[in-house]
Formats: sequence, structure tokens, C-alpha cells
Amino acid sequence: MKFKTFAAFVAPSLFMMLLFIAFPLVSVFVQSFYVTQPLYETVEVETCTPGFLTQTCVTETKSQPLRDEAGKIIERTIFVGLQSYRNVLEPDRLWAAIQAGSWNAVQSIDFWKALRFTLTFTLITLPLVLGMGLAIALVINNAARSIRGPVIFISLLPFIITPVIGALSINWLFRGDGILTATLEWWLERDIAMFAQAWTIEILMMLYRVWHVAPFAAIVFYAGLQTVNQDSLESALIDGASRWQRLRYVVIPHLGPLIVFVSMIHLMDSYRVFEEVVGFSSQGHVISLQWLTYDFLTPDQAGNRSISRASASAMLTMVGIAILLVPLLRRTWRDHKGGRA
Amino acid sequence: MTIKTMLMAGALSVAATASWAECAFENDVPLSSLTAGFEAWKAVTDAMAECGNFTANLDQDFREKQPEAFAANPSLYQIGGVANSTMVPLLNAGTIRPLDDLVEKYGQQLRPNQLIKIDGQTFAIAMMVNNQHLMYREDILNDLGIAVPTTHDEVLAAAAKIAEAGVVDYPLGGTFMTGWNLGEEFVNNYLGEGGAFFADGNMPSINNAQGVRALEIMKAMTEYMDPEYLVSDSTYVQQQFQQGKIAIANLWASRAGAMDDAAESQVVGLVKMASAPMGSVRPASTIWWDGIVLATNMSDEEADAAFRVAMEGIDTEMVQANNDAAVWLIEGYEPGDLAAGAAATAANGAAPYPASGPMGIMHTVLGNGIADYLTGAKDAETTLADIEAAYVTAAKEAGLIE
Repeated sequence: MKFKTFAAFVAPSLFMMLLFIAFPLVSVFVQSFYVTQPLYETVEVETCTPGFLTQTCVTETKSQPLRDEAGKIIERTIFVGLQSYRNVLEPDRLWAAIQAGSWNAVQSIDFWKALRFTLTFTLITLPLVLGMGLAIALVINNAARSIRGPVIFISLLPFIITPVIGALSINWLFRGDGILTATLEWWLERDIAMFAQAWTIEILMMLYRVWHVAPFAAIVFYAGLQTVNQDSLESALIDGASRWQRLRYVVIPHLGPLIVFVSMIHLMDSYRVFEEVVGFSSQGHVISLQWLTYDFLTPDQAGNRSISRASASAMLTMVGIAILLVPLLRRTWRDHKGGRA
Repeated sequence: MTIKTMLMAGALSVAATASWAECAFENDVPLSSLTAGFEAWKAVTDAMAECGNFTANLDQDFREKQPEAFAANPSLYQIGGVANSTMVPLLNAGTIRPLDDLVEKYGQQLRPNQLIKIDGQTFAIAMMVNNQHLMYREDILNDLGIAVPTTHDEVLAAAAKIAEAGVVDYPLGGTFMTGWNLGEEFVNNYLGEGGAFFADGNMPSINNAQGVRALEIMKAMTEYMDPEYLVSDSTYVQQQFQQGKIAIANLWASRAGAMDDAAESQVVGLVKMASAPMGSVRPASTIWWDGIVLATNMSDEEADAAFRVAMEGIDTEMVQANNDAAVWLIEGYEPGDLAAGAAATAANGAAPYPASGPMGIMHTVLGNGIADYLTGAKDAETTLADIEAAYVTAAKEAGLIE
């Protein structure tokens, strides 16, 4: 293809990527080094609010933002360097906790608490998603041609459900005396409260995520299974390879690149775990890094929000994903170079 | 189906604009409002719609939209619904207007109690008050020979007796959901113990004996609650009551009506209202109000029409038609049994919610930080110290602390 044609085809998407990905990213990066805040003055204010029969009036000193002639709040933006990152990471408290050798103290710092859960969540769901995905793909592949369509459709259903809605449904099934908790209580003959402690919530979250994402892995692997070299399989069969050996030495190596692909997508997605925290309203027990960013961004009733810390936290999430992807990217790079040589 | 729904909605809005039979005047200025979405606001905005040319937006996320929407010029909404705390950002930004001249012109029927005054100027018209107070199952307390509890210790003693009798799943209910609800529980108890949230210069001052006591009261209550208390919000506690699973709770007055709603409740007529339990100084509750504000960024003609429509929304006819939907401040309201708890709590001297910019931050960090104490991850002093540290970080970023 001529370069000009190529450029003409690529330009629109390049422009969109710059506009919607690169530019916001740069903007967030810059914001994480600055703090914008209103200028306050301290004034005596008398406030009267209704009681039942008469009003209660109190006079207090209050901080009130200064306003310019146009009535806009006067704000100033100051460069704070890495202060917002320090506010999120709280290195002093972390260091003190490590010196005291107290895991609980480390876990009482929001960021590290969130990081602990996010990593556990990501690394435990990854093998489960790959395993379940492969299992479903093999089932579909071995299903009789006549029922294959319906089987694919049914196994894809969990993936179609909107994540927050799915999480909420699981929440309602298990919350209080929800149907499934009630069934478990009846079966085990004991009182069960799934949302009363962290570990049961974490298990529910992971089960939900595996249930939700495995169909995606399955459909990718199923596509890969269609291209397995039948000659290799037949020769393996003649050599006396068992079903397991054929899977282990012929099918899985063939699916290798797809496994790397699914792993990368899953690492990126699950490191940003968020729907589960909101859907299960688990923030009393378990929080994730993405939820932390969201919490910084949510204004309180007086309208304050922590944009700078949210930006810092978002950048740290990106860094985290990048670090997690390094081993997989290196593998892909090696294969790529090997393929050329 | 969508087309049908749209047609229905269209027909309804036409019907709404066409029927200004019960409004004293015919409104010809297009107006719209942004308010919270609970029952009382529905009643009020429905009454406003009778004047015609009026669109109501009932939105539980109104507080996230209101500051930006009112800052636009012209403002995206002419009429706003606020509470103590949600008025703060609007007042700070100067996007709501003083109402004194309009009150003089069209507001003769308003009671002095309804005028929310900041430095002598009226900025909002309150329509109802709300607070958390004791709701209890009269039948259970009578059967077990328990007097209506008036202090925390009596609540706990009653809970112990109810637990022993085993008549309900959990003796107590509580709006302890992490976040705003849990923060509000601490605010109630801390003010009940006579605590103050701030020292000079917006510095936090909650790490003290009153703070520890407030936490201890909360923890003692949780022993008698559903173990999933960290996910239970007002609606959940209301349902626990309606399904006969709990016997006592400190719950919002605005939820009282639901106890006698035969369509939802299995305990119609059994739940009675009393004052919030006394702390060391005052009842463990805060008084909230909900009311109407008008945007700065609109013409005086629009403001004139908006105020008249708003007055139609909070008139005596509306109250008479919706007497039990809230504890109204409006002329014509007849407090029934359901309002007894809210009134007793106020009569016992409950404090108004101390809304301010710093308090917004404090409420958030309290809501996020207290769970660690209740789950046993931290002791009381560490919890309060960590909450203070989180407050200082956020307040510095907001420019409230140097």
C-alpha cells in the first residue's frame, strides 16, 4: 500500500486516539502535580435553621471562598510536585508499619489495602479464567454439530450481561436472607452472613468475575481450536498419545499466543476491578485501586473533591498495569523476534 | 414497547401542563427544577406542575449535578431542592439568590420558622424537617415488659432482653452502611456526647473522650445487629422493620410512613415512634431540613414566576393531601403519631446538622474510616487519629487548612 493511502486510512483513528486517549492521559498526568483550590476568608456568619416551633440561630466563624466581581470563586493552582503521590502512597506510615513489622498497620493504609486486594483478585482469577475458558472451549468443540450453536449462545450469556447489573444480581442473591444464602443455610444447617466479613465477599467477587469473563476466553480459545493442525493430532494419536497428552503437547502449544492475548486483556481488566466493589457495596471490608480513584473524585455534600489525588491514583494504576504486563510483553517480543529470525 | 412508553410519557406531560386547575395562577414562563427524588419532593413538584410550563427533575444524584447546573449562565434549572449540607456549595459559589423581596411579595403564608437565613438574608424556604429517631415494635416491648428506652444503655438492655426471648432475627437495626450513612451515625452519637468537630483554623478535634465514647456506643449496638450491618442503608433497615426482622432502630423520620404501608409492611400499626436515645448531652440525632432555593443566574421575571410556582408547591393544599409523607413545616400540617418521634427528638434538644465545607470532608472521611474500628482492625484512638490524618490531607488539598 502506498504511504499516502495508508496515512489516509489511519489518520482518523490516530486523531481519535490522540483526542480521547493521549490528551486526557497527559492532562491527568499534569494535574497530578498541581493542586487547584479556592481562596478562603474567615468570616463570622449567623445561620438560622428551622427547629420545630422556633428557629435555631447560631453564629460561627466559617471559611468562605472569596469571589471576584463576576461572582466566580477565586481559585489558585499551585505546583505541589509529588505531594499528591505522597498523599496517596503515604510512604511515612508505610515505613513505620514495616519497621513495626505489622501487616495490620500496612493494611490500614488505603492504598496498600487496595493494592493487596487488587493483586490478589487479579492473580487468582487469571488462572481460573484461563482454565475455565479452555474447558468451555473444549466442551463446545466436542459438542455435536447440531447443538453447537445453542451451547455457544448459552455459554456466552454471562459475558453479555452489564458488569454492574451482574454484580448487583449476585449481591441480591446472597445479601441478608437472599435466595442463595437461604439455600446454603438450609443445606449446611447454620446461619450464614456472606457480607459480614472480608474473605467471603472476596470469594464472591472472584467467582463473579470468573463467571463473567470465562466465556470471552472460551470464545477466543474455541476460535483457536478450529485451526489446530489435524495431521499433528492424528500422528499423535498413532503414536499412542492419550487425550491429555494430545491436549498438553499439541493443542496448548498451538493456543500459546491466544493464551498470552487473553492473559493480557484479563490482567488489564481485572487490575481495574471496580464494578464488584460498587455492586457488592463492599467498601467497608474490601476496596480496590480503581474504587479509590473513584472515591477521590466523588464530591462530598459540601462539594469538595480531591482531583489531584484522584489523578495521582489513576497514574499509579497505569504504572501498576504496565508492570504486570512486562513479563507477557517480553514473551511476545521474544516470539516476534524469533519468528522473524 | 419503547414507543408506547414514550407516547405515554408524552401524554402524561401534556396532561401535566394542561391541568392547572388547582393552581392559583397560570404560569407562562418555562421553569424547571432539580431536586432529590424522595416521596416529599414528588408531592411538592407535582403540586408545582399544576401551574403549567413546569418540568420537574427528581434525581437522587442531584447533589453532584446541582453546583455545575446552577453555575451555568443562564442557570439550567430555576428551582432547586437542597438540604442543610447540599446548600453549602451553592451558597459558597453565590449561585442561589436572596429571597427577601419575593418573600415579602408572595410569601405572607410562610412561617418565620421556614425562612433559612444567612446573615439576616433569606436564601432558602424550608418545607420539612427530618431526623433519625427511635422506632420500636410496641407489641414486642409490651410482651417482654420493657419500657420505651430513652438512653443508649436502655436500648442495649432492651436489645439483650429481646435477643434472649428470640422473637426477632436481630433486636436492633442500624443505618451503618459504609460511607455517608456510617459517617452520619458517628455525627449523631458524637454530637449526642457533646463533641465538637473542629478546633481553630478548621483543624479536626475528634480524637477525644467523646469520640471514643461515640465509637464504643456504635460498636455495642452492632453486637445486636445483622452481622451484615456495613451494607445496610436506610431502605434496608426499613425493609427489616417491614418484614418483622428487627425490633428497634434509630431510623429517619421520612421512613416512618413506610411502616404503616399495608402494601409493603407486615407490621402495620405495630411500629411506634419515640425520641432518639439520649447521649450524655443531647439526643444522638441531628436535625435536617429540606427546602427550596432559586438560581441567581436568571432574569427577575423568571425568579418572580419561579417563586410563585414554588409557593404553590409548598402550600397548605399540598400538605393536606400528603400529610404523612414528611414532617412538614408548612401551615396546615397536622402532626400524627408518625411524627411523634421527630418532634420528641427536637424537643429533647437535638442539634442541627453542622453543615459546612470542612464538615463535608469530615463526614466523608468518617464514613470511610469507622468500619476499621467496627470490624476490629484498629482500636478507637488509632481509628480517630487516622480519620483526623485523612481529614487534614483532604482539607489541605481543598485549601481549607494552610
